[in-house]
Amino acid sequence: MTETALPARHIGDFRAGVIAILPLVVAVIPFALILGANGVARGLSVSEVVLMSALVFAGSSQFLAIDLWTHPAPALSLGATALLINLRHVLMGASLSGKLDRFSSGGRLLAVFFMADEIWALAERRALDRPLTPAFYAGLAVPLYLNWVLLTGLGAALGGLVDDPAAFGFDFAFTAVFIGLVAGFWKGRQSLAVAAASAAGAIAVHALVEGAWFVIAGALAGVTVAALTAGPDKVEARP
Amino acid sequence: MTFDPATLSAILAMALATYLTRVGGLWLAGRIPSSGRVRAALDALPIAVLVAVIAPSATAGPAEIVAALVAILAVRRLPLLAVVVLAVACVVALRALGG
Repeated sequence: MTETALPARHIGDFRAGVIAILPLVVAVIPFALILGANGVARGLSVSEVVLMSALVFAGSSQFLAIDLWTHPAPALSLGATALLINLRHVLMGASLSGKLDRFSSGGRLLAVFFMADEIWALAERRALDRPLTPAFYAGLAVPLYLNWVLLTGLGAALGGLVDDPAAFGFDFAFTAVFIGLVAGFWKGRQSLAVAAASAAGAIAVHALVEGAWFVIAGALAGVTVAALTAGPDKVEARP
Repeated sequence: MTFDPATLSAILAMALATYLTRVGGLWLAGRIPSSGRVRAALDALPIAVLVAVIAPSATAGPAEIVAALVAILAVRRLPLLAVVVLAVACVVALRALGG
């Protein structure tokens, strides 16, 4: 974090982050409400739902955990499941790491706490055009985090307000948002090969294997194709 | 404020596991080469992860496949929020038609 930079620049970066994350903040609202309601239906208290959102801050693993919840809560298997479904974050963090040179070492450790898929994707997208600053990252993280914690709590307090998201097509909002994010990274034919491999891997594993393995399988299929088809200019440039 | 001890430890286990995956990438990044094929793989990661997350739900049935194609065609022409509204409206209409 550079103390010499003008505060106005920080404010501008923060605002740019907020504007970038806003569509995702809106898209995530029904999911947050549903997650909170499901949590209470599974026997969690409102404060336990809020605590989970505040400490875990990972939508897909929270949904899976609530699905698997029994009483008393099996801490070990729920922790192991969260580890599995979030394994993709290791690859994502490794990629983002190279773009965090404007962050202090403490700032990096704090930043990755907020590295939900949407925040990571928009941070990576920003880094394609200009250096990623802590102010921009905060602009992404603060609204999505507060929205997630507050609205999962609201969903828990209100109970079964939206009990069937598919009836309103809310389940598909997430898919559409991610299609929008993919477009931001698109680089022509090379991207098509990666996306095709990733989709094929994910669909095949999703059909054959129970649980969240399909994400990591698809991601690995995609990056393997990228590594194998890398042009000579990329391969020769060794450190 | 009511916290069941077993629930609390489950939440803490989930939080720890999730943070470990997120911070693990920072640790890994210093131990892999920053160019060549590894670089190409990491550059491709955003598309690979995002496509893997949505591929099963985007191909769940005819309604989802058509709505996903509509979103793909619209994404270069419309702002993200409009794409989402269009895709959701499309999937709701097609699911209603398909029964």
